[in-house]
Amino acid sequence: MSQVPADLKYTKTHEWLRTLPDGTVEVGITDHAQHALGDLVFVEVPEAGRKLSAGDPFAVVESVKAASDVYSPLAGEVVIGNPALAAEPEAINSDAYGKGWLMRLRPAAGAPAPALLGAADYEKLIAEEGG
Amino acid sequence: MTRRTPLFDLHQKLGARIVDFGGWDMPLQYGSQIAEHHAVRHVAGVFDVSHMCVVDLKGARVRAFLLGLLANDIGKLKAPGKALYGCMLNEGGGVIDDLIVYWLDESWFRAVVNAGTRDKDLAWMRQHAAQFGVEIVERTDLAMLAVQGPEARGKAASLLSPAGATDALALDAFFGREIDGWFVSRTGYTGEDGFEIMLPAAQAQRVWQALNSAGVVSCGLGARDTLRLEAGMSLYGSDMDESTHPFESGLAWTVALEPREREFIGRKALEAIRARGLQRKLVGLLLEGRGVLRSHQKVLVPEGGEGEITSGTFSPTLERSIALARVPAAAGSSVQVDIRGKLHDARIVRPPFVRHGKPLVS
Repeated sequence: MSQVPADLKYTKTHEWLRTLPDGTVEVGITDHAQHALGDLVFVEVPEAGRKLSAGDPFAVVESVKAASDVYSPLAGEVVIGNPALAAEPEAINSDAYGKGWLMRLRPAAGAPAPALLGAADYEKLIAEEGG
Repeated sequence: MTRRTPLFDLHQKLGARIVDFGGWDMPLQYGSQIAEHHAVRHVAGVFDVSHMCVVDLKGARVRAFLLGLLANDIGKLKAPGKALYGCMLNEGGGVIDDLIVYWLDESWFRAVVNAGTRDKDLAWMRQHAAQFGVEIVERTDLAMLAVQGPEARGKAASLLSPAGATDALALDAFFGREIDGWFVSRTGYTGEDGFEIMLPAAQAQRVWQALNSAGVVSCGLGARDTLRLEAGMSLYGSDMDESTHPFESGLAWTVALEPREREFIGRKALEAIRARGLQRKLVGLLLEGRGVLRSHQKVLVPEGGEGEITSGTFSPTLERSIALARVPAAAGSSVQVDIRGKLHDARIVRPPFVRHGKPLVS
């Protein structure tokens, strides 16, 4: 069974979001997503300062099997990409919601609120996908 | 409707992720594919290869039949039990399949062919066997396990009778024989020592579990692919098929043009190809930077022209990406590969990349 922490928000494309005390948002891929990808061997994270629209690909995660884009759930500016993942991409496999975070984003002021899923709805989604 | 091997229920019980592979429900991995890979390089792993097709070829003229069917020369087999790897070609020199053939006795050879090609292989064999009176018998009653790794032979032999274990451990590389009701051969597809074991389907689950208890790790097709690619071994359907010939598929060593009087299917086409000069070759690539080479990525050759990656992956042993690629024959020492729209430098190397646990390139 995939882990789906109750305190996070989720997207239909298997990203998770955590709002930090300073108002920035941490983004990663879910436990379900890392399990589907298999062992991660290479991760490309975004440069600080990059401007993203909602839905833009901002990272590439490559497993032994395949390369996948990761999409930004929000419009905003990248504060930092996780620098530890270059040397330790497997952190996404072992700790998808912790050490495996991909970027921190400062949401654009006045951007429309995105359609995010709560934990219960995300669990329902992955159950429907057989996961 | 996909097909299942006699081990399917056990794979599910062991938590394997099951994928469709050439029409078969097969285990991709049980846990971490990379951990399974390292288990084979350092200790021992077991693979279900029962989807491959075991075919017995029987008849007084079976040797004459195989002399004409295979591009490699069955006459190289000088002792019973010895195996030969080679290709079955069409008249144009294209590869119908690659296979292993064991010489069991003068009227009985055994072939192992790929799962995805079994129907066309059997049809092709039957078409050419008729005139030799050779009988083609599919051995669907057998399961096949590949036990591979530096400790694989010892651990597998521990399941045999004392006399059987002695016989198994005495097998030379590329030899097989009947032992305790199994057919055990010292062959494999990983670049490590080990056995491939054909045994009655009803015993397969029990033997798999006994191997697990002996410390042999369950391994899926994912690890099988990274292991064979590190070992520089070709995969049918990716690195060669009916549109390519052995000389441009890294398989020239399996084509026996001597003795010249041996006629085999595809010989005339291969001689003409060789006389014209080779246009393309299959090479190994080592990615200089980060990223992962994948099949069908475009390869730019500074000497002129383009090629394509036929198999690519991340090498767990080298901790960088490796590939096989078909490139213009003039390609020298380095190329560029288009990975998702960006050009990356890669070096041409001679496979294998890894053998018996040791990196051969750096």
